[in-house]
Amino acid sequence: MTFSADLGLAYPELILAVGALVLLVFGAFAPRASRLVGWGGVLVLAAAAFEAATGPFGRGFAGGMIADAASAFAQVAIFASSAICIPLGQRWFQRRGVDNFEFPVLIVLAALGMGMMVSAGDLISLYIGVELHSLALYVLAAIHRDNAKASEAGLKYFVLGALSSGLLLYGASLVYGFAGSTLFTDIAAAVHGGAHVGVLFGLVFLICGLAFKVSAAPFHMWTPDVYEGAPTPVVAFFAAAPKLAAMVLFARLLAQGFGGAIVQWQQVLVALGLISVAVGAFAGLAQKNLKRLWAYSSIANVGYAIIGLSAGTAEGVQSMLVFMVLYMVDVTGFFACLAALKRQGRDMETFEDMAGLFKEQPGIALAMTAFSLSALGLPPFSGFWAKVFVFKAALNAGLPIAAVLGLVGSVVAAFYYLRLIKVMWFDGSLGATDTPPIEARAIALGLALFSFPVVLGALIWIYPAADRAARAFGLA
Amino acid sequence: MPILSLITYAPILGVAGILALRLFGKADDPRTIEASKWIALVTTLATLALSVLLVAQFDRNEPGFQFVEQAPWFAGLNYRMGVDGISVLFVLLTAFLMPICIAASWKAIEKRVLEYMIAFLILETLVIGVFCALDLIVFYIFFEFGLVPMFLIIGIWGGQRRVYAAFKFFLYTLLGSVLMLAAILAMIGISHTSSIPELMVYHFDPKVQTWLWLAFFASFAVKMPMWPVHTWLPDAHVEAPTAGSVILAGILLKMGGYGFLRFSLPMFPAASHYFTPLVFALSVIAVVYTSLVAFRQVDIKKLIAYSSVAHMGFVTMGIFSGNAVGEQGAIFQMLSHGVISGALFLCVGVVYDRMHTREIAFYGGIVNRMPWYAATFMLFTMGNVGLPGTSGFVGEILTMTGTYGVSTWTAIVAATGVIFSAVYALSLYRRVVFGVITNPKLADITDLDWREVAIFAPLIAATLVLGVQPGLVMNLTQASVDHLVSAYQAAIGG
Repeated sequence: MTFSADLGLAYPELILAVGALVLLVFGAFAPRASRLVGWGGVLVLAAAAFEAATGPFGRGFAGGMIADAASAFAQVAIFASSAICIPLGQRWFQRRGVDNFEFPVLIVLAALGMGMMVSAGDLISLYIGVELHSLALYVLAAIHRDNAKASEAGLKYFVLGALSSGLLLYGASLVYGFAGSTLFTDIAAAVHGGAHVGVLFGLVFLICGLAFKVSAAPFHMWTPDVYEGAPTPVVAFFAAAPKLAAMVLFARLLAQGFGGAIVQWQQVLVALGLISVAVGAFAGLAQKNLKRLWAYSSIANVGYAIIGLSAGTAEGVQSMLVFMVLYMVDVTGFFACLAALKRQGRDMETFEDMAGLFKEQPGIALAMTAFSLSALGLPPFSGFWAKVFVFKAALNAGLPIAAVLGLVGSVVAAFYYLRLIKVMWFDGSLGATDTPPIEARAIALGLALFSFPVVLGALIWIYPAADRAARAFGLA
Repeated sequence: MPILSLITYAPILGVAGILALRLFGKADDPRTIEASKWIALVTTLATLALSVLLVAQFDRNEPGFQFVEQAPWFAGLNYRMGVDGISVLFVLLTAFLMPICIAASWKAIEKRVLEYMIAFLILETLVIGVFCALDLIVFYIFFEFGLVPMFLIIGIWGGQRRVYAAFKFFLYTLLGSVLMLAAILAMIGISHTSSIPELMVYHFDPKVQTWLWLAFFASFAVKMPMWPVHTWLPDAHVEAPTAGSVILAGILLKMGGYGFLRFSLPMFPAASHYFTPLVFALSVIAVVYTSLVAFRQVDIKKLIAYSSVAHMGFVTMGIFSGNAVGEQGAIFQMLSHGVISGALFLCVGVVYDRMHTREIAFYGGIVNRMPWYAATFMLFTMGNVGLPGTSGFVGEILTMTGTYGVSTWTAIVAATGVIFSAVYALSLYRRVVFGVITNPKLADITDLDWREVAIFAPLIAATLVLGVQPGLVMNLTQASVDHLVSAYQAAIGG
């Protein structure tokens, strides 16, 4: 393949890279035009998503980059979810007297990293993608500079993230050492017909590193603290798209690089998934802060996605993709609701703050109810469909115990979602809330409508798209 | 005309109407509140009219599904609706009880009336959907989402311990349901179809059947509720507002029995046969034990709640007898119990609305002040006991007759439950109604007003008509039940 043909595959990433730099320079010279930078960011992301959806498929840069149905599917979802967070976050910062143009630029840079992650074809581009998006996220977590908690969250995220990057690198070097190549296709050839124990050792480290990134238990410790400390719209961003990116990378690495070692990684993934579900369900019961609660909820939900992935079939990967996309809607929507709420200038973040919310903000309360029920997995909300496909894949792959335990975990988790609904609907109000900004409100209500009833129609399109994406990995 | 979808979603039109009211009017304006009640009442009455039309058009000689609607969806799923002789009556029962519930809430509900009416209308859609769904996933959606409006009804408009009761109700039922979901997904995986009519003729491996049956049993036994997983019911009943109790006892419990008839028997006949002794044992324990528990209650509603559990014991016994008499009896018992227990909860509601207590000891001698009420309450108490001439008798005698041939001891032990039910029901009636008034607060309690008479009249009529002319129901169910029983007997080689 020629270099110019290679570039054609990388158009989405190139658009983001050039766009981010242009916006950065523009922002530096016109510091008052941060709104304009924000809309510019949305435009860049939209263009990249369009290019990802319509661009050519193939392998480029000596196999280091793969553009296929899976990367296109993930990129469209990632760029859309990133774009949503820009207006949400800008207004949030504005209301708190912080007006920074770096926010949209960092989101675009993170999206660039995620775009590279989902199209990585070897361990080097895998690592570059992971690092690029992580560095942007560390800064985003601490972007509310004057807030001690946010700085703490950023630092914690950075230190633990660096640790996980170390694990990834160590695993990658082991795999390289024993397989003799960093290309997924070469690794697959080396693993075919029995993997060397050194490669498997490296694989376990790679899995641990990625488990850190998706915050699967027992590598989840950073999640609640970071979610609690980081600014709410930033959490809305990094609770959604980066998880999808890391899960797609996970799937690609396991399917295209280690497809021959499925017997070995399947059990690791089942364990990771079930531990995550259990930790997310039980530890969530003790939370008072809603951001922490949803951190645990996200741990449990990533557990479900991993159970889907652990099926090791095309159906499993498809279910994981559908799950993550639908889960992104819930989690972004929920944090958009939190970002919209303030009472007399104070953030509302705990259960008590939500008392009687239905009386004060019926729209937001209804949206939060929908997201909670959806995360609980109650039909007909999107979260139900997400779980249905995951468990169907697990059952069909001969993992009935994992499916049943996962479902029972969702009953435990149901308690805290119900508790939130109870607080909002049953309890008396604590006084009037401030008028929510139009952006957060529109995003929250729009995503709630997606959760139900739009999802019933949208799945007609998402389901086969995820199927095509899953088949791109070459699984049975 | 897709009449089933029309009946199912008709209440949603009422929801839309109330939402429009809320958008264009003020939520606390008395005119808005009044209008919302009328919208809810008219919508439920219209749904009732449609259901009557449905039953009138129903072909009683056809054992299969009628009025079938089908449309492809995603992931190989289909939207399928249809009714047979078993489900059509539950649609009618739901549509029949709903306007009564709305009327019963007319004055009892004072706060957040609009939301209350919306919750009831959504609940009606979901319950009718459960009985009409012919696709496993569609069924599950209706079945499961029904928890939410009921959770809100108990939690927002309930009594003192409403939060506890609402959580208990939700979590108990959810745990049963997720196991059923696992079984549903496994069934789709094995048979590659989610169509209920196709699955009813699909032969699952007997070993697989055992697991699937247990998973479905977990869900339906909680819903029914069967001993020992019945403990959520008394709490939910006591805390729920009157209309909530009526729906809970009248319709939601019937979804468990309906599930056994629709899924367990036809789809897993070998497992059903294998587990019949277990079900019989749990049924007679429910009949005898909960009857005794009911006798010791000090709260009227709790007593009736326990009596519901006992009566549902007859239903499970009849269903698993596996013969036409038992099935017919079970279906009849469910319909009859839907009317009678609903009416009993309304009777409690009448005195509760006046005195705001459900304690038995508080009352006594109200026959002196409320003769019409005493007569009404008497009729439904007798129906609950199973007096010949009321609908309660028919169901009990048929389920016991059906079971007698299969398991004599089960039938004999269950028969003692009839005596126990007379003990607790009559002693309740004596303590509340008879005697002289000793509590001065009861001195100026008023008798039924016209609204309450209008609520009770159809229930009284239903109890008596079904009691003397049970053929009205049996004729409709006959063909489907015969079909079910012959398929079941053929499958178990009986």
